[in-house]
Amino acid sequence: MVESLAALAQGFAVAIQPLNLLFALVGVFLGTIVGVLPGIGPALTVALLLPITYKFDPAGSLIMFAGIYYGGMYGGSTTAILLNAPGESASMATALEGNLMAKAGRGGPALATSAIGSFVAGLIATLGIAMLAPWLVEIAIKFGYEDYFALMVLAFVTVSATFGNDPRKGLVSLFIGLALGLVGLDKLTAQARLGFGVPELLDGIEITTLAVGLFAVGEALYVVSRRRHEPETVEPIKGSIWMSRSDWRRSWKPWLRGTAFGFPIGALPAGGAEIPTFLSYSTERRLAKDKGEFGKGAIEGVAGPEAANNASAAGTLVPLLTLGLPTSATAAMMLAGFQQYNLNPGPLLFAEKPELVWGLIASLFIANVMLLVLNLPLVGLWVRLLAIPRPWLYAGILIFAVTGTVAAKPSPIELGMLALFGVMGFFMRRHGYPIAPVVVGLILGPMAEVQLRRALQAGQGDPLVLVQSPVAATLLALALVALVAPLILKGLSRFRRAED
Amino acid sequence: MQRTGAIHRLAGAVALLTALAAPAAAQLELRLMAPAAPGGGWDQTARSMQSALVASGAAKSVQVVNVAGAGGTIGLAQFINSAKGDGNQLMVSGLVMVGAIIINKAPVTLDRVTPIARLTGESVAIVVPSASPIKDVKGLAAALKADPAKVTWAGGSAGSVDHIAAALFAKAVGADPSKVNYVAHSGGGEALAAMLSGRVTAGVSGYAEVEQQVKSGRLRLLGITSAERLPGVAAPTLKEQGIDVVVVNWRSVMAGPDLPADKRKALADAIEKMVKSPAWAEVLKQKGWENTYLAGDAFAAFLKEEQVRVAEAMKAIGLAK
Repeated sequence: MVESLAALAQGFAVAIQPLNLLFALVGVFLGTIVGVLPGIGPALTVALLLPITYKFDPAGSLIMFAGIYYGGMYGGSTTAILLNAPGESASMATALEGNLMAKAGRGGPALATSAIGSFVAGLIATLGIAMLAPWLVEIAIKFGYEDYFALMVLAFVTVSATFGNDPRKGLVSLFIGLALGLVGLDKLTAQARLGFGVPELLDGIEITTLAVGLFAVGEALYVVSRRRHEPETVEPIKGSIWMSRSDWRRSWKPWLRGTAFGFPIGALPAGGAEIPTFLSYSTERRLAKDKGEFGKGAIEGVAGPEAANNASAAGTLVPLLTLGLPTSATAAMMLAGFQQYNLNPGPLLFAEKPELVWGLIASLFIANVMLLVLNLPLVGLWVRLLAIPRPWLYAGILIFAVTGTVAAKPSPIELGMLALFGVMGFFMRRHGYPIAPVVVGLILGPMAEVQLRRALQAGQGDPLVLVQSPVAATLLALALVALVAPLILKGLSRFRRAED
Repeated sequence: MQRTGAIHRLAGAVALLTALAAPAAAQLELRLMAPAAPGGGWDQTARSMQSALVASGAAKSVQVVNVAGAGGTIGLAQFINSAKGDGNQLMVSGLVMVGAIIINKAPVTLDRVTPIARLTGESVAIVVPSASPIKDVKGLAAALKADPAKVTWAGGSAGSVDHIAAALFAKAVGADPSKVNYVAHSGGGEALAAMLSGRVTAGVSGYAEVEQQVKSGRLRLLGITSAERLPGVAAPTLKEQGIDVVVVNWRSVMAGPDLPADKRKALADAIEKMVKSPAWAEVLKQKGWENTYLAGDAFAAFLKEEQVRVAEAMKAIGLAK
């Protein structure tokens, strides 16, 4: 611990050099921009910058890449909140309550709580990297297929938080998502499923295409269809654009809980950012004092997932730095960045190049501060977007959605799918089917399927392998409790009422 | 508006840097397709070629285009349509595409393109977790012979070079390759995590990806699938340990269909100039790629052999009929 602190102090000495500060600022700025644009993610940006930064010194360019990574994670939430167009799957949970807040004139506090929540989460998680990385990674690599499957079962149980008022309609939505998740080459046997002979479908359905289609395009169509019936009522700003005292009081616990979900799950080699954001969303929904506010724009539902999102981004750096294990597309590009300088992340890097590793960790702190400094003043500017008259705003959203999709995958079929999902989103809204479970099904379904089949394959087909590991058994028990407890409680209260 | 401005500035910086690095010699203005998303092996090959082609003066400018999807076969189909007889278009390809064409039942194959040259290769390593009772290749062979289904392998996606290597290994030691219990993973990192978690018997992966774990003692390296020992790598090859398996994940560069002889020669000369340049040597060193340069008819013949070999391996695994 003391050693780590001393090393971290030295790291700060590296990171605080003016040139490195400049690199961090450039990285954070670029990251925020590419995060805001759907389609251009941090991974692509780092890939394009790699050949240019080759001439720079390693510390500087790695610091810049880390800034891009953090900035991208943050930027995605801005469009999710303002335009209901999540730039990446990790921002989906943020869009649920965040966009509702923005529509109710509370876009300012929503953006602020996501900026400050990202900052708090990033700070704690970076501290976690500095203090716990070598220890955490030993646990993380022990995670096997059955443990991941159990974690996903737990995540599935919490999906009902996105169902809305009618569980049957929620299940219909979820199963549409699960069916969409089957499209493409099967990951384990390479057999085409639901491909209909279209080569573009062999890679499966892109999560961002589905999310942007259902959320943004579907909503634009819906708003157009209601235009004659309802007068314009969107108020761009209601009350202060800053967080009120009660906003702070309601945000700080979700920030901390979100971090507690995000960092450890992000550190797992196959953890990802989606599961912790969903877990955080459903936890906040369950713990909220005023349950009626969820579904109308509750600040807890923005604060928690945003913190989880950023904490998991920091978490993925744990296996990258300690083992050289890239667990996300951006981490894989950063690994390529390391290798460009003949540096190999892993246990040896901490011993061979401590100034570089600790400089990078220190610059993560600095990137966090810069993100806050850069983004808080922008909140006032962003919310003004909502003051644009609705026809203009939604036309803009459509252009934004289309260009983003085409930028990510330039193919007419992708564009066709976007349109199709948009129409689907329109009809789902029209008939009161919740939209989020479709996307959740598409994300979780294939992950759970693959891990289950791998676990069974490694266990020679014996289903007992699923409960033999203590981690898996505990997680499955938790899932069972989460599933059954509400039913029992409901039954008990009915029983008591009957007694009275 | 600020945003687009910044992107333009960025693009400007890229153009400026490329221009600075270019000596004013060659006339070729190339369009080089990487049939994959940015970041992967083909994209890195394309971007490395881009800088080496310009730096060596073999080409005036090179534009890299990414067309991702279906193991490169979407890019291939597009390339065959657009590059017909065009002496300014190239595409990165390789062993992975040979396999993907079979798995995806792609309508067009590599028979349509004009092979220019094989450029690089990466050997595959066979490893076991350090706690494993299997100490060497013979131990793994014995376990496979006893019951191939009980030996679980972790590696890249189904039908990948890793998967083919595992199947060829089983076949070479006399086990039934269709019974190989291969657990596919979508990326090198995920497969590596599975090997470290100790849930599988053995792992197959590009050597560079496991190098650090082997050095730190978490994984034990049993052998490498190269034909000869790699410089700087202590591990013995499978061949010298009596198991006749040589698999190299080679990458190559192809030109469009129906290319006139003079245009083909111009492209082949430019690639040869690049391969012999110090810039390319630096790229190979940096990325840890083996130099497997093979051009012209010799490469075309090699490609035919590999197509047959991969098709047979896929049949043996049961991935193709």
